[in-house]
Amino acid sequence: MGNFAANEGLSIFVILVWLGINAFLFVHFYMAFLVDKWFYTRVLLGHALSWARAPAACLNFNCMLILLPVCRNLLSFLRGTIQCCSRTAARQLDRNITFHKLVAYMIAFHTAVHIIAHLFNFEFFMDAQLNRNSSHLPFILSEIGSGDNASFLNPIRTNETNPTFVMFTTIAGVTGVAITLALILIITSSMEVIRRSYFEVFWYTHHLFVVFFIGLVFHGFGRIVRGQTAASLDTNQPKECAEQFEDWGADGSNCATPRFAGNPPMTWKWVVGPMFLYVCERLVRFYRSHQKVVITKVVMHPSKTLELQMKRKGFHMEVGQYVFIQCPSVSRLEWHPFTLTSAPEEDYFSAHIRIVGDWTQALYEGCVGDKTEPQEAWKLPKLAIDGPFGTASEDVFRYEVVMLVGAGIGVTPFASILKSVWYKRIQNNQDVFTKKIYFYWLCPETEAFEWFADLLQSLEGQMTEKGVTDFLSYNIYLTRWKDTEAAHFRVHHEAENDPITGLKQKTLYGKPNWDNEFTNIASQHPGTKVGVFLCGPPQLGKSLEKQSLSHSEGDVKFIFNKENF
Amino acid sequence: MGKIEWAMWANEQALASGLILLTGGIVGVAAQFRGWQFAAYAIAAGAFVCLLEYPRSKRAKGTSVERTGQYCFTVCVKSFGPLTRNYYVRAFLHAAICVPGGFMLATVLGCVCLGIASLIYLAAAIRGEHWEPILPKKEVTRKPTDTIKNPPQNPPPRPPPETRRKRVDDLEGAAYDNPIPVGE
Repeated sequence: MGNFAANEGLSIFVILVWLGINAFLFVHFYMAFLVDKWFYTRVLLGHALSWARAPAACLNFNCMLILLPVCRNLLSFLRGTIQCCSRTAARQLDRNITFHKLVAYMIAFHTAVHIIAHLFNFEFFMDAQLNRNSSHLPFILSEIGSGDNASFLNPIRTNETNPTFVMFTTIAGVTGVAITLALILIITSSMEVIRRSYFEVFWYTHHLFVVFFIGLVFHGFGRIVRGQTAASLDTNQPKECAEQFEDWGADGSNCATPRFAGNPPMTWKWVVGPMFLYVCERLVRFYRSHQKVVITKVVMHPSKTLELQMKRKGFHMEVGQYVFIQCPSVSRLEWHPFTLTSAPEEDYFSAHIRIVGDWTQALYEGCVGDKTEPQEAWKLPKLAIDGPFGTASEDVFRYEVVMLVGAGIGVTPFASILKSVWYKRIQNNQDVFTKKIYFYWLCPETEAFEWFADLLQSLEGQMTEKGVTDFLSYNIYLTRWKDTEAAHFRVHHEAENDPITGLKQKTLYGKPNWDNEFTNIASQHPGTKVGVFLCGPPQLGKSLEKQSLSHSEGDVKFIFNKENF
Repeated sequence: MGKIEWAMWANEQALASGLILLTGGIVGVAAQFRGWQFAAYAIAAGAFVCLLEYPRSKRAKGTSVERTGQYCFTVCVKSFGPLTRNYYVRAFLHAAICVPGGFMLATVLGCVCLGIASLIYLAAAIRGEHWEPILPKKEVTRKPTDTIKNPPQNPPPRPPPETRRKRVDDLEGAAYDNPIPVGE
């Protein structure tokens, strides 16, 4: 449990503050409806009034929050600004989607409480109208305002109706049904199974949030929640006058008939800010998507990997960032994220795209097709780029010692980092804060090595030339192999260059023993903060996180950072 | 857009609707609202829909993810044969089940949600999808006799130790062509 606080402390603090605010709002608004102004309302509804208003306040708060984590351009900007002050704070912004989901669950929970409380409210309002007994206070209260239709308390104005009908004829009811339906459709299409398999269904259905927010803003416009007016409280003190309800307004009585008015709508005050920010976010994305992107080079790598080298005016990137790519000729509405594999020092930016689905397949056919001769530049498909967006990889250079772990295609962000290292250290001879890099690449098949092996080979060559051989220590692990290949490896065990990669560093077989690796690194670098960066499957993340925490004893601290797509 | 199996989303929506119907029904009966008989019906209908929709169908393309403990439900649902396999039947069944929920405020939300699920199932049925049970694969027992040969009776013939030492000074001479082809 060595460094749990440093790794997780800020996240837990943020969650606790958020839960605390929810609890405070709930209790505060629950109590706010227990005052005299609402006395007569509570005669009709009892505590169901408070049980409906308290989650409503929490809903206002959470609906305000839910739009903020998905403004990724704003977050990217914030991240850049905070980075100079605090690395830990900047990392919190990487967990935006997790926070978005938490807030969504809270919205669903409060919606459920709110709706159930309103079921009781409707029932009680209806009861008051049906029990037409003049010596029954709820009935008397329901009759108030029958003449002028302005100062009424009970929104159900007649006994010849039913709650379902009333719901569909009030603004609050209709908007309530609409936004609840939108919420349920959004939630069912956001289930992991649907999201991972059919992203489009999730993405398009999620746009029902527009319906949700419009309905939410108009939900309170009918002013259906009614309390006694301030003026009326002067002439009718509920605590004294409630029992004398049969004498209200009679001569000699000091209790006038109470008058009621609805609360003005409040929700718009909570959500108008984030709605504006989100509109700005979409405008920024739209503007960026229309900037011209030129494909300068298309390289087809073995194992179905397509490399696109592109240029766009005014494009600046940092190491390990990612972009969203859209190809209108393939699909007008699909944007897919890809890590940038070029270094900031290069004059183009590139992405290595594995051809796995129909979109990537269509992109490949558009860029390369089946032609063997080079494509004309004007025949290449038009692309749009949104980004670049920041990830934890930007932090690599802030650590003195780093462990980079990439599994399979997850090695791509590290391609950018290693290239940048090469440019900085070797070409420009700059003094880099990072003194030692341990690089681990776990790969299930030999074919996936090629384009990255080329990069490592050139790095290796350059480092030997300059005599800087101990800066980068890389380990490639082949996690699966066939029997026939195994025979080949055994035989060439003595060869100077590795039989698979052609590198001097030999390929290792099986999975790394992380305990040993962490212990070795800890013993070689006492008193330092070691950054551990992973791009790979969650199980590997869990075990690395455990190892980081357990080896962070003494003065060596392993800080674990995970990529999240 | 990739090949979307609408039934997967219809299934999530129907399961959610079942839960909402169930909750609305429980509230209606527990608080003895007017029309609580509809709420009692909603409890039964909601529970039925949940049981029917809990086992996920096997996907036509791709890996299917089971819900925890769905195997017994799969067996039950499978036993109804074409009634549960066909999505037209499900679409009309859900449409019929949801109607009584519309008569009481507590269950109206469940009614509308189930109606939407019914429409998505109709879309799935029109596209030719159907429900397939996810059953555990029977392990194909490989016959060991094919791959494992009898262990050798005699030790392999070996040259004397001097020639067996690794010839590091002549790597080219020590290498040889692998008789078994390597790679594709």
